[in-house]
Amino acid sequence: MPLLVRFLAATLSLAVGGLVAWAVLGLPESAGLREAVTAQMDRSGVSHPVTAVLLNFRGYDTLLEVAVLLLALIAAWSLRLAPPGRSPERPGLVLRELVRLLVPVLIVLAGYLLWLGAHAPGGAFQAGALLAGAGVLLALVEVRPLGATPPFALRLLAAAGVLVFLAVALLAMWGGRLLEYPPEWAGLLILAIESAATVSIGLALAYLFRGDEPTTHREGGERT
Amino acid sequence: MSAVLAYGLAGAALIAIGLYALIVRRHLLRKILAMNVVGNGVFLVLVALAKRSAVPDPVPHAMVLTGIVVAVSATALALALAVRVRDATGQATLDERRGTAAEAGRGRDAPG
Amino acid sequence: MDAIAQLSLAAIDVVLALALVGLAAGALSVRSLFTGVVLFVGLGLLLALAWVRLDAPDLALAEAGIGAGLAGALLLAAARRLAGPVHRERIGDDEEA
Repeated sequence: MPLLVRFLAATLSLAVGGLVAWAVLGLPESAGLREAVTAQMDRSGVSHPVTAVLLNFRGYDTLLEVAVLLLALIAAWSLRLAPPGRSPERPGLVLRELVRLLVPVLIVLAGYLLWLGAHAPGGAFQAGALLAGAGVLLALVEVRPLGATPPFALRLLAAAGVLVFLAVALLAMWGGRLLEYPPEWAGLLILAIESAATVSIGLALAYLFRGDEPTTHREGGERT
Repeated sequence: MSAVLAYGLAGAALIAIGLYALIVRRHLLRKILAMNVVGNGVFLVLVALAKRSAVPDPVPHAMVLTGIVVAVSATALALALAVRVRDATGQATLDERRGTAAEAGRGRDAPG
Repeated sequence: MDAIAQLSLAAIDVVLALALVGLAAGALSVRSLFTGVVLFVGLGLLLALAWVRLDAPDLALAEAGIGAGLAGALLLAAARRLAGPVHRERIGDDEEA
C-alpha cells in the first residue's frame, strides 16, 4: 500500500479520533434522558429501565433490530455456501459429555435470564445469546439444534421474533398508535415479544455459525 | 468522573485505530475485524457518556445493546460474503496491484 | 479507606482502558489471522469488564455472550476458511499488508 495512502489514512483516523476525544472531553455533566425514563416507568409494564426503553419506549428500534438479524440470516442462506468440511474423527469423549451436561443448563439459564429481564439486568438478547451458545456447542458435536423438528417449523421459529413483534405492534393500533401498548397489558405483551425474540435470536445466531440451512433429508453421518 | 474520561478516550482511540486498519489492511477478515473495532469504540463512547451522572442514563445502554446484535448480524453476513469471494476467486484480499479479483483468478500477469 | 478504594478503582479504569486500546491495536496488526481473532475475543471480554465498571450489567452480559462468544466463534470458523491462498492449509500464513 503506497505511503501516501497510509499517510492520508492515518491523518483521517487521527482527525476523527481527535474529534471524538475532544467531544468527550468537552461535554457537560448531564443526566441525559434518565429522568424522562423514570417518570414513565410505571406505564411501561416492567421495572427495569433498560428493558423498558428497549421493549417499550424505543420498541421501534428493537423491532428493526430483530428484522435485521432475520435479514442477515436470509441473506447468508441465499449465498448457498458449502458447509464447512466435517472433521474425519468422531468428536472426543470430553466434548460429547461436556455438551451433554452444558446444553440443558444453558437452556434453563436462558429461560431464567428471559424472565429476569423484567426487573433486573437480563432479557431477550442475553437469553438468546445463551441459546445460540447451546446451538454452537451442538454444532461442534454435529447435532442439529431441534433436530427432529421439520425444516419449515425451524424457519418459522427463526422468523417468529419479527412476526410476534410485528403482530403486537399492529394490534396495539386497535386502541392507540403503532407500538403503543395499553399499560395494563404492557408487561404481558413485552414478555410474549421477548419469548419469541429469544428463540429467534438463538436459532438465527446458531444457524449463522453452522452455515447450513434446515433440510429435509438426513445426510450420512448425522448423529443425534 | 475519571471512568467517563478513561473509557471515552479509549473509545476514541479504538475508532481511530479501527478506521486506519479498515483503510490500510487488505485482507477481508482484517477489514471485518477493523469494522468491529470501530463499532466497539463507538459503543464505549456512548456508554461512557451515559455515565456522566451517578445513575447512568438507560437510553444509550439500550441503543448499544441493539448495536451489539446488529454488529454481530452484519459481521456474520460479511464473513459469509468473504467466504464466497474466497471460493469464487481463490483469494481473500482486496489487492489493487493485481487488478480486479477476477483477473487475478484468471492469471497472475494481468496488469493492474 | 475510601480514598484507597477510589484510587484503586481509578487505577483499574486506566489499566483497563489502556489494555483495550492495546488489544485493539494488536488484533489489527499481528501477522497471523488466528492470533488477531484471539486478541479480538480478548478485547470483547475486557470490554465486558468495562461495561461492568460503567454500570451497564445488561451490556456486560450481552457483550460476553454475543460480542465475545458468538462473534468469536463466527470469526474463528471464518478464519479457518479464509486463511491463505487455496493451496496452503496453515492458518498462520496469509497475505498481508
